[in-house]
Amino acid sequence: MAGGISTALGAKSVRSGQKVNGATQESPWVRRLIIGTGLFYFALFLLLPLGSVFVEAFRKGLDVYLAALMDPDALSAIKLTLIVAVISVPLNLVFGVAAAWAITKFNFPGKRILITMIDLPFSVSPVIAGLIFVLVFGAQGWFGSWFLDNDVKIIFAIPGILLATIFVTFPFVARELIPLMEAQGKEEEEAAIVLGARGWQVFRFVTLPNILWGVIYGVVLCNARAMGEFGAVSVVSGHIRGETNSMPLHVEILYNEYNFAAAFAVASLLAILALLTLLIKTFVEWKAAKVNSELKEG
Amino acid sequence: MAITRKSLLTVLLGISVAFSGLTAHADTTLLNVSYDPTRELYKDFNAVFANHWKKETGETLNVRASHGGSGKQARAVIDGLDADVVTLALAYDVDAIAQKGLIAPNWIKRLPDNSAPYTSTIVFLVRKGNPKGIKDWNDLAKPGIEVVTPNPKTSGGARWNFLAAWGYALKQPSGNDQKARELVTNIYKNVKVLDSGARGSLTTFTERGIGDVLISWENEAYLSIKELGPDKFDIVTPSLSILAEPSVAVVDKVVDRRGTRKVATAYLEYLYTPIGQEVAARHYYRPRNKEIAAKYSGNFAKVKLFTIDQVFGGWDKAQKTYFGDGGVFDQIITAK
Repeated sequence: MAGGISTALGAKSVRSGQKVNGATQESPWVRRLIIGTGLFYFALFLLLPLGSVFVEAFRKGLDVYLAALMDPDALSAIKLTLIVAVISVPLNLVFGVAAAWAITKFNFPGKRILITMIDLPFSVSPVIAGLIFVLVFGAQGWFGSWFLDNDVKIIFAIPGILLATIFVTFPFVARELIPLMEAQGKEEEEAAIVLGARGWQVFRFVTLPNILWGVIYGVVLCNARAMGEFGAVSVVSGHIRGETNSMPLHVEILYNEYNFAAAFAVASLLAILALLTLLIKTFVEWKAAKVNSELKEG
Repeated sequence: MAITRKSLLTVLLGISVAFSGLTAHADTTLLNVSYDPTRELYKDFNAVFANHWKKETGETLNVRASHGGSGKQARAVIDGLDADVVTLALAYDVDAIAQKGLIAPNWIKRLPDNSAPYTSTIVFLVRKGNPKGIKDWNDLAKPGIEVVTPNPKTSGGARWNFLAAWGYALKQPSGNDQKARELVTNIYKNVKVLDSGARGSLTTFTERGIGDVLISWENEAYLSIKELGPDKFDIVTPSLSILAEPSVAVVDKVVDRRGTRKVATAYLEYLYTPIGQEVAARHYYRPRNKEIAAKYSGNFAKVKLFTIDQVFGGWDKAQKTYFGDGGVFDQIITAK
């Protein structure tokens, strides 16, 4: 997942330059078998489930579908999911760019530890992530009584959901940028400094243009996860309908209430958001490859 | 450290202030934190009560609901979920909240009938036509029967299931603790999926098609037949079962802080009125009110019931003996 863009960025420009001719010497049936297996898996594990979501969603007709999405609890879930994404993604964007910049352009003690720590949310189960926040901010937690006395709600309210989402989506942007920026090296920045650019100017006119598409790619992935996160959010949500239920949680509730058409309707909306994300991702990859090859040619 | 903690608090404070506008409503709100199978009951009841409250006081009341495994929900309230009232599966979970000082210790005496406005019992849901011939608790222990029940550690219903089986074995001729343990151990040997809540188990059994028998709340069993069609499942009532008393209580700490004591108390008391009792009965909970019970008697199978006080000496004792860390349930599961 992480580091995908860097290979895509690097490899595509190379590939477009050379003629790929007779890469394999295998006989046709071996090729067909391999391609067939690939397609079969693709259909079975990706297309079929995705298709079934839409089939189930529209099983009872468009009216039921729209009613499910217009339900006040569903609207509130959609709103909550969007709010969480709108806040957590920019925060992770700022952090991710800053962290990747610091790590790849400078040497400082504790750099290795920082890189490892950034990966922590990938290796920690989301449920544990949620529980950490309950332990720290819950009524029985470290700050619990202070929050209670001051009538500040963190856990079982939107701030808690935000915290959990930020934790889970923390590494996406940074992890995307670090390999990319490492590959690019720091010669251009050094040249800029020699030419008299200040720190901010170096970033604005040299670093940022180089990493822009990587940043967007990271944001897209980060956003997808922020909207889809279930485990961590489930622990800190409190499951109050119309208030702290995000879209994935709402899907589960509807499903458990025999409201299958509505559950799949909301699920299909999530799937559409995911497909949209993929579309943007593909566009970004294409654009990045184009920018790269133009750079090489020019 | 001091600086980072302080700045962290400032940031969080900022975020939460920014969002207070989102969660605060001009109308009165009430949060009912309940257990898994009461979703339909309280959806109905909340509307009925909001209507009543509007007529009575002119206030627009917005009752919010949160559902999940009873033990899990109690834990959430302890951890700070702002429940004005809790309507949980059993007294022990309310006790657990009371032990943390959020509810007055005498809560069970504050409302009639042990603060349980409706009751239920434990029955079996089987595949249509009962192909495995399941009639009573000892059938569940037979080899080759696949049983579905939630995890007693998190689910209130599952604890009732466990104790109902145990009590049944005790009440058999020459029944004793040894025999009860044997029966329950064999039943859990047959358990294929331990979900965290009753609703999860029901979905496992009905939707995913796992298991021959679901040990279920009576109301859940009737509800699934109503929702999914009588042609798929049958209800089997055992010869003896437990009288399940789901408890309700006002969460004192929360209502005093939010100033909602009056409406929260009225909400719970309304459950005991004929209208509230009728809503409960419509959702297959056994009403306390004699007249309503008579009216809906056709809905409920006649079954001999024992109470937890009679057989197990109350919830506190039962919880410690059977479901505490290293208790009987843990021993059975590890032995399995």
